[in-house]
Amino acid sequence: MNIFKEFTKGLVKENPVFVMALGLCPTLAVTTSVENAIGMGLAATFVLVMSNIIISLIKNFIPNKIRIPSYIVVIASFVTIVDMVMEAYVPALHKNLGLFIPLIVVNCIILGRAEAFAGKNNVVSSIFDGFGMGFGFTLALIVIGGIREILGVGEFLGFPLLSENYKPILVAILAPGAFLVMGLLMGLMNLAKKKEE
Amino acid sequence: MDFIAKIFAMAIAAIFVQNFVLARFLGLCPYIGVSKKLDSALGMGMAVIFVMTMASTFTWLIQTYLLIPLKLEFLQTIAFILTIASLVQLVEMVIQKIAPALYKALGVFLPLITTNCAVLGVAILNINENYNFIEAILNGLFAGLGFTLVLVLMAGIRERLERAELPHSMKGMPIAMIVAGSMALAFLGFSGLKI
Repeated sequence: MNIFKEFTKGLVKENPVFVMALGLCPTLAVTTSVENAIGMGLAATFVLVMSNIIISLIKNFIPNKIRIPSYIVVIASFVTIVDMVMEAYVPALHKNLGLFIPLIVVNCIILGRAEAFAGKNNVVSSIFDGFGMGFGFTLALIVIGGIREILGVGEFLGFPLLSENYKPILVAILAPGAFLVMGLLMGLMNLAKKKEE
Repeated sequence: MDFIAKIFAMAIAAIFVQNFVLARFLGLCPYIGVSKKLDSALGMGMAVIFVMTMASTFTWLIQTYLLIPLKLEFLQTIAFILTIASLVQLVEMVIQKIAPALYKALGVFLPLITTNCAVLGVAILNINENYNFIEAILNGLFAGLGFTLVLVLMAGIRERLERAELPHSMKGMPIAMIVAGSMALAFLGFSGLKI
């Protein structure tokens, strides 16, 4: 039961993007379409789960003082793997995400989980924590990407969703749209939370 | 003359047209996190300009004289992040010894910069764009200036916003995002600049 909780907390209650406001740069940068959002989400989930596993296994061998640099090296190694695999098998997506794949290294969600969870817990719960947080991140990206793609292009995952008479609000897929959609979503989350209380 | 024109075009591009925060979405965490007070925004901005310029210099040297001759380009991400982390540590120690007053002003911001994705971002961009040594250093400097510009503007706006009457659920982060959106909209106007 406990493990199940580690998994679900990342999805809604401690959602890394909406609740904890971590990893904002990739969230806003790659959500111009749902496809990019899913690609980024899965890449980050892989890095998160793998680095959680390794860090929870080696946590007892790392001196406390140099733990952050050690975590970063572990994370950077997996990011390099993801970068090379994506370049080989999904070159189009790799090109779309561009700079933001190597930048997964400095995504605060991953280092945050390493420091706050994997460095203190055992392997099994770290795996579930990694998957939960990773899917929570992916979910948030899909929500933002979905809104921006529907408003900005009138499509969802490439399928036309709105009638042909719909005039796309181009600004939604440009830079300002990302900030505006994110701000409004955060406001709505706060409102929902207040209603609950 | 050609060289000066090219540098000028780079400066305009890095500061306004392709602003690191508002157009490239790099360094959002400090942009939202450290923009509540004007003077701390200025301190953070100065620290970022300094570290970005240094990081551009060293990562370019490492890429050109270490990674490429040894055919280790795939280690780029690891090498760069370690360079930046140790650089920040070094800068912190040097400033603490040489200029204690400056250290007091910048000290708290320096450790935060390691995970500022704008620093790693500018290092990788310099390599991707095939800049030469001088261009790489200047690009780091201009990117830092652009970051500081929008950070300070944002802090000015947010100091006023503190006193504005807002719906309760929009206070804090949400309104900061909306303000950032309006600023990005304004900066979108610069994309018409072609030099």
